Amino acid sequence: MRNTATLAAARDDARSQAGTLADAMPYLPASSSPFAPADVDPSRLTWAETVAPGGYTSKVVARGTRIRFTDVTGDACAHVLLFSAVAPWERLNVADTQKIPWQAYLGAGHPLLSGDGRVLATVVGDTSGRHDAFCGTTSDAWNTRKYGDAAPEGPSPSGRGLLTLAAAKQGLGPRDLPPSVSFFQGVRVGADGAFDWLGSTGPAEVELLAELPLIVLVANTAHPLDPRPEFTVGPLRVHAWRDGPTGPADERFTSTPELHRAYLNTIEHAEARGL
Amino acid sequence: MTITETVLDWSGPLVDGEVVLDERVAPRAPWSAVVAAGNVLTIVDVGGNQSADCLLFSDADRSERYSVPDTLAWQGNAYVRTGTVLRSQHGNPLATVVGNEVERQDTIGGACGKESNTLRYGHHTEHQHGCRENFLAEGARHGLSARDLVSNLNWFMNVPVEADGTLGIVDGISGPGKRVAFRAEVDLLVVVSNCPQVNNPCNDFNPTPLRMIVTAPTGAPA
Repeated sequence: MRNTATLAAARDDARSQAGTLADAMPYLPASSSPFAPADVDPSRLTWAETVAPGGYTSKVVARGTRIRFTDVTGDACAHVLLFSAVAPWERLNVADTQKIPWQAYLGAGHPLLSGDGRVLATVVGDTSGRHDAFCGTTSDAWNTRKYGDAAPEGPSPSGRGLLTLAAAKQGLGPRDLPPSVSFFQGVRVGADGAFDWLGSTGPAEVELLAELPLIVLVANTAHPLDPRPEFTVGPLRVHAWRDGPTGPADERFTSTPELHRAYLNTIEHAEARGL
Repeated sequence: MTITETVLDWSGPLVDGEVVLDERVAPRAPWSAVVAAGNVLTIVDVGGNQSADCLLFSDADRSERYSVPDTLAWQGNAYVRTGTVLRSQHGNPLATVVGNEVERQDTIGGACGKESNTLRYGHHTEHQHGCRENFLAEGARHGLSARDLVSNLNWFMNVPVEADGTLGIVDGISGPGKRVAFRAEVDLLVVVSNCPQVNNPCNDFNPTPLRMIVTAPTGAPA
């Protein structure tokens, strides 16, 4: 029986909760993550968290940060938006992200481009191969129609609702939310334009390298085309650590003419700003 | 230097109704207008294969705007055709395509801009005019800024997606006088960039004019 009848008792009650472990929570310091990647020195970790099914998170990360998303069960769907942390009107542009590399499907080596001719992040690792840059995330209208509820506090939150909250935590408003990309639940386009749902490949990892200081918004909620009638999402794990941005010594720097110029633009921008 | 004769067909409205606005957009220039709910905007591809990059905003609340992913996910298809409902980021219908004289319309390819052109073609294109500049300039007349620019429609532009995910802008499937028409489902701010791009096939490397005709339906609704 909890005793919260007096200030002292209430204080003791609140303090007694410390140290409780939950299925979804941040791990502080990041090096204390019980799920720290085996291939990363834990002392280098800067962000470690398990995002709840139907949850969201946001973080500002330094240029050169590696961010690894892990779909623990094969049912996560990471809806991601990226903004330049020094000028957030520069942000992910899905059209350029598909058009400039002449490739609609995200995978290792793919740049996540801003509309200003620069690489916000590079996909540097991918064991899934099932991602989507066409369908964005879900709206309240979509989830209400499909699941009967879309509220962030409800059983089937919409991606837009979650990203709107994540944006607000970083001082951004609804106008700052362009179309997003999603990882771990694949979609393909048929010859007539029809979408084919691939779904998940099972537990998998995707790794992004921040090429500029970034605001990262993540919503972990069902993909719009997920055909399952029940709202189905698994936990999403995030681990990030300090590394260096893509430079001339990296193979991907000159892997295509478009990517080469994108990295040149990004490095010039970073150096001019002293980033 | 060879001067190619440009065939222009100014055509006319694609649907019946009283003409309430009829304007010409110069090659490379921006344009905007508010189309009242129920009225139909016909865009005429006067010279053929001229990309009309287009953004839509609810005039009552301009933070509600055209959304490529919502439009595509809702219909389960990557292309825009007759019957496509053009939806906002909240899933609400902003407009419905009621007439279309090309096989399919693009909304994947987005807009060109000075900066993205440096990636596609090289840094020598940095100072060429782009659609993003047209959107910024025309949007500013309505209090809109870079925050309001999202992925757009490209009327008359051809962007196929191959089985392996390869996609890009290829030769157009439009021609002089071809038209598309959409009905506003709400009072709609329409912002258009008559694409200035001269490095890719979206306008045959030769920007040509557009004609914008707004019609109000006449007689009793069907």
